Amino acid sequence: MKKVLWAGALGLLMPVIAAAGEYNITVDRVMIDTGDFVKEGIGYNGASPGPVLRFKEGETAKINVTNNLDEATSIHWHGLILPFEQDGVPGISFPGIPAGETFTYEFPVVQSGTYWFHSHSGFQEPNGAYGAIVIEPEGREPFRYNREYVIQLTDKHPHDANRIMRNLKKMPDYYNRKQQTVGDFFSDMSNHGFMTTLQDRLAWGDMRMMKADVEDVQGFTGLINGKGPDQNWTGLFEPGERIRLRFINSSAMAYFDIRIPGLEMTVVQADGNNVQPVTVDEFRIGVAETYDVIVRPKTAEAYTIFAESMGRSGYARATLAPEEGMEGAVPDLREAPLLTMADMGGMHGMDHGSMDMSDSSDMSDMDHSSMESMDHSAMEMEDSEQPGSDMESMDNSGMAGMDHSSMIMPEGGASDPFYAEGSGLVPVAANGGKFLSYADLRAQKPLYEEREPTREIELRLTGNMERYTWSINGVKYEDAEPLKLQYGERVRFKFVNETMMTHPMHLHGMWSILDVGAGQWNPVKHTVSVQPGTTVYMETEVDAPGQWAFHCHLSYHAASGMFRKVVVEGGPDQGNTVGIKAEQDGGDA
Amino acid sequence: MKNLTLTALALAIVVPSAPTWASDMPEDTSGRKDALTVWGVQFEELEYRYSDDDEELGVWNGDAFYGTDDLKFRWLGKGEYAIEEQAYEQLENQLLVQTPISDFFDAKAGVRIDTPEGPDRTYAVLGVAGLAPYWFEVDASLYVSDEGDTSAEFDAEYELLLTNHLILTAGLDATVAFSEDREIGLGKGLSSTETGLRLSYDLIDRTFSPYIGVVHERKYGDTADFAKAEGGGTEDWFAVIGARVGF
Repeated sequence: MKKVLWAGALGLLMPVIAAAGEYNITVDRVMIDTGDFVKEGIGYNGASPGPVLRFKEGETAKINVTNNLDEATSIHWHGLILPFEQDGVPGISFPGIPAGETFTYEFPVVQSGTYWFHSHSGFQEPNGAYGAIVIEPEGREPFRYNREYVIQLTDKHPHDANRIMRNLKKMPDYYNRKQQTVGDFFSDMSNHGFMTTLQDRLAWGDMRMMKADVEDVQGFTGLINGKGPDQNWTGLFEPGERIRLRFINSSAMAYFDIRIPGLEMTVVQADGNNVQPVTVDEFRIGVAETYDVIVRPKTAEAYTIFAESMGRSGYARATLAPEEGMEGAVPDLREAPLLTMADMGGMHGMDHGSMDMSDSSDMSDMDHSSMESMDHSAMEMEDSEQPGSDMESMDNSGMAGMDHSSMIMPEGGASDPFYAEGSGLVPVAANGGKFLSYADLRAQKPLYEEREPTREIELRLTGNMERYTWSINGVKYEDAEPLKLQYGERVRFKFVNETMMTHPMHLHGMWSILDVGAGQWNPVKHTVSVQPGTTVYMETEVDAPGQWAFHCHLSYHAASGMFRKVVVEGGPDQGNTVGIKAEQDGGDA
Repeated sequence: MKNLTLTALALAIVVPSAPTWASDMPEDTSGRKDALTVWGVQFEELEYRYSDDDEELGVWNGDAFYGTDDLKFRWLGKGEYAIEEQAYEQLENQLLVQTPISDFFDAKAGVRIDTPEGPDRTYAVLGVAGLAPYWFEVDASLYVSDEGDTSAEFDAEYELLLTNHLILTAGLDATVAFSEDREIGLGKGLSSTETGLRLSYDLIDRTFSPYIGVVHERKYGDTADFAKAEGGGTEDWFAVIGARVGF
């Protein structure tokens, strides 16, 4: 461990003599044309998305950011390991960049891979202030490719983000047009019978929860590299080439299920860190995550990159083709998923509704309502220390206990250890093939020595959908004390999702080592998705002094309270002096 | 020995710098640390009513608020304007503060000022509003008038989604008086109900939703007798056309 620290310290000093990758970025008001609508937004260097910033591992990045807006701005380098003063979170890393001023970010580039950057001020990011970062490694990469493309996704909405926030606060289902209707009642009735359907509706109505509450913000147009489905961003290739696609989900709210019909994708990197290659037909990318995949089209035809939002309310589309203008078939959107009681499994701690869910510690106490066996399955998940290794035993074990008579469950019974048993959100590949799971991810090379965590911190992801308040351990950011970590410790975070929404949790400044049950081969990420009704563990080597943001990366969840400041106490202070200097050089502070 | 000196040296460097380090940390003065403030304006009903007695009314039921999760200021306004008589049959404004008391319910308190054609009244208001199980929006208020009379109003609403844009809304509003206020024609006991059924279509987001519907108004007991004595009816059916408007 000491060695690692020393290496880190050396790493901080070395780039001073290395060549600098310097960029000038202006933050501007821009027009964003999605093909469906044109909307004023915020961009970089006159466009949204902004430029792809390319760096080389080992050099010093120097980025002069000029704020042409009439409000303060900031840029956060998502996933980059750097001194906290360079992290770009107003009020936590630095004061922000006032209107009309230039701030110079300067930090050593100590990693490689695919990352992104975005404003961390207000709702500038969902309004368009984002771009991609590609860092070339110092050494050889463990995979080969002939060409590469950044595939940066977003969920551009015709409404300004402030208006969306206000609408959600007024009426949480304002944008939800996938709600169950009278027609759905009748079609469920013909499939499951009247009593089952009625009981199903009553069970949900009693909780005041909606099965269709998968995507809060619908009505967006999915963009790839700033292009809507009709504008069809196209990447060219020669048949037989290996193409590296750097997928980045820069959405405010939307998860995407991505496939390229006709091509297998070999996932080689997740969140900037190489993983042991795994070949899949489809994968789900959480908000703020990145996945690098390699595809090898052998024939001279057009392939569609198809990215359906998780709630199937929208999609992004692009094309890989041997020449400009060629198009592949665009699939139809699949049916929207519905939550099940399993996805509510985490809610037993809450006061909601009158279901007897309160005493989950002793299951024999529970009345035999329709909820009981679902709870049971959710608890199995929690008890499982190593979700990845438990796949076999979990498969359908809970399903047998389910009271089918009073519940409408999805067919198929697909399972993934990172979803609640019986969850309605478990993704299935469109072609029936392999869908990537977190459980498939293995680090290519461990970044840290394996060691026991020094302590565990439980973070319950909490909220109230009807009020659209989101919180951690029931406390919103405005009321929360900072989370204090000690420099040098290894913390095991236990996320318990007690809400019915998926939360992509992002810790700034330090890596999130996702526990998939693979020990030292656990993948190293910067954003960890926690599905409803599940418990997910991640470990963090607390090796970055200063203070950092830690939040759900869904823009409107972060803004309504699912956010924390993390203070790392102790540790070497050279990181700070570097930062203070930069601050003096840069803004007016 | 060497180790000791090094430790002492390290301490000497670290200790004096520690307080400066702490004070150098930026305070979160960005808006994020403040409670989110939200506002909204909505007219649940903004409609023209035509009764089975050929009476024509302009009716609204509006709501505006400003505030945070913990504290909201709210205006509620109801009015019935008789078009032919050019008179307000009902004109009611409430100014309230509202705060959560449970996951799904808020408590509210404030004043209600009634200034229709005829005698005016001012009331103190205490109420609860929220979402009951099975998706019923409910609102219950207790009123104490400047004349010392108490009454209560209960309002429930249910939305049936025929499609995600075509919505059938059923509403019930009932008033109960605990003491008689003869001057404004309010008798003791259940005094009146208003039941409505409106079919709306969300034309522009949830900002503008035109609707058609029927409304049934009925007076009971002494209230009905008072109305009869003044030559009024005790029961009305209305055809309504209007729009739900919200910003």
